Amino acid sequence: MAASTRSQVISLYKMMLKESSRFPSYNYRTYALRRVRDAFRANREVEDPKAVERLMEEGEQMLALIQRQVAHFVPITTAASRPIPEENGDSSPSRVYEMFGFMKVFLGL
Amino acid sequence: ELRPLYMDFQATTPMDPRVLDAMLPFQVNYYGNPHSRTHAYGWESETAMETARKQVADLIGADPREIIFTSGATESNNMAIKGVARFYQAKKRHVITTQTEHKCVLDSCRILEAEGFEVTYLPVQNNGLLDLQLLEASIRPETSLVSVMTVNNEIGVKQPIKEIGQICRSKGVFLHTDAAQAVGKIPISVSDWKVDLMSISGHKIYGPKGVGALYVQRRPRVRLEPLQNGGGQERGLRSGTVPTPLAVGLGAACSISQKEMEYDHQRVSMLANRLVQKIMSEIPDVVMNGDPEQRYPGCINLSFAYVEGESLLMALKDVALSSGSACTSASLEPSYVLRAIGADEDLAHSSIRFGIGRFTTEQEVDYTAEKCIQHVRRLREMSPLWEMVQEGIDLKSIKWTQH
Repeated sequence: MAASTRSQVISLYKMMLKESSRFPSYNYRTYALRRVRDAFRANREVEDPKAVERLMEEGEQMLALIQRQVAHFVPITTAASRPIPEENGDSSPSRVYEMFGFMKVFLGL
Repeated sequence: ELRPLYMDFQATTPMDPRVLDAMLPFQVNYYGNPHSRTHAYGWESETAMETARKQVADLIGADPREIIFTSGATESNNMAIKGVARFYQAKKRHVITTQTEHKCVLDSCRILEAEGFEVTYLPVQNNGLLDLQLLEASIRPETSLVSVMTVNNEIGVKQPIKEIGQICRSKGVFLHTDAAQAVGKIPISVSDWKVDLMSISGHKIYGPKGVGALYVQRRPRVRLEPLQNGGGQERGLRSGTVPTPLAVGLGAACSISQKEMEYDHQRVSMLANRLVQKIMSEIPDVVMNGDPEQRYPGCINLSFAYVEGESLLMALKDVALSSGSACTSASLEPSYVLRAIGADEDLAHSSIRFGIGRFTTEQEVDYTAEKCIQHVRRLREMSPLWEMVQEGIDLKSIKWTQH
């Protein structure tokens, strides 16, 4: 089996970020994006091909997990939510909280 | 549809998506009873349960045979305290605990007192920590159990369990610790700490609600009288079908916490510092309750002088916070934990607990800090007490008249 090339690693990274951004929940979404980024960053210097292979496998599994989880929730995302309005209208970043109904997930399964 | 920011991680935590992913197959497909010995449904369920047991054990440095699944830390605490006390009651009828324990521990001790046991509720120092010499002096030959929680859920103070374990082991007394807020957040080794019993809660570590565990040491063996009798599951100590999906969830939560502990701890510390620095640099007369060093950073209890805690909570309606623990929030009395650390009555009423966890973002912390500063200022503007303090009057010297 060919060792993972740089482009394969980057491709996995991009896919993981793309899937992570599909979490409807603000907290899960920001966590997934941050954690994926930090994990890839932390392992940037790893050279040993076996270690790289193992990390790639873990990454693939995590990607599949994220895909499974967002597949449940994206179809039942409620209508787009407004950010919490700022009383003095300053430019604080918006915090978007959407509801996701667990009951709908299990009924839909 | 907008919902408040969640900053109450000590009350409960959202489930980690990885935990949900581990649990779902057992909710849908692998639904067998883990105690069914005769078919594949039972065997696969049992395998999953035993895997989970090992994951929980690994997190605290125990042997899997020492982990009993329960319905939560409250049940574990009840089992440990009542079970041990009752088993050894022939010769030993004294139990020691602290005044800052969780309600379930204090209530279990109260029940023991009604059964004729003697219970010593040790006071804590102003920083929330137990005085080790006082503990040592309180242990008697007829003491069977000492119960001290690892990390307090209201003020975040971390007790010196290792030293307490040393004392208890040298005196031949069992040590139980309610580690619900500590497991998965700080490194724990039950053998290093010489802990004999430990309570674990699922929903405090990003696992499901309704499950927990009790660590019961095998060497030296701790005996306890079971609270729940029946088919003899869980070594006879807790009969009842083990809920496989929940146990799997707890195991997954423990295993994830073990991997993420350092990352989470660094991040939570950073966010906690950010919150406290922001608030304390902008508004005066803010007190942090509990020792500043011996603590878990993700639980911050601040008292804002001259502001009523409930009104501040109402004002901060965009943020989910609490003053005092969830179990006591229905009453209007100030928290007994704050009273135990010697907080002034008025400061105890003005306290808010900020909880920071794995999923908290910098934006949420900044927003919370800003709103807090804004509303504390606004409420103080309205406060006649604040006015008097600004004029230099010492509030303690006032003789309030009665109507």
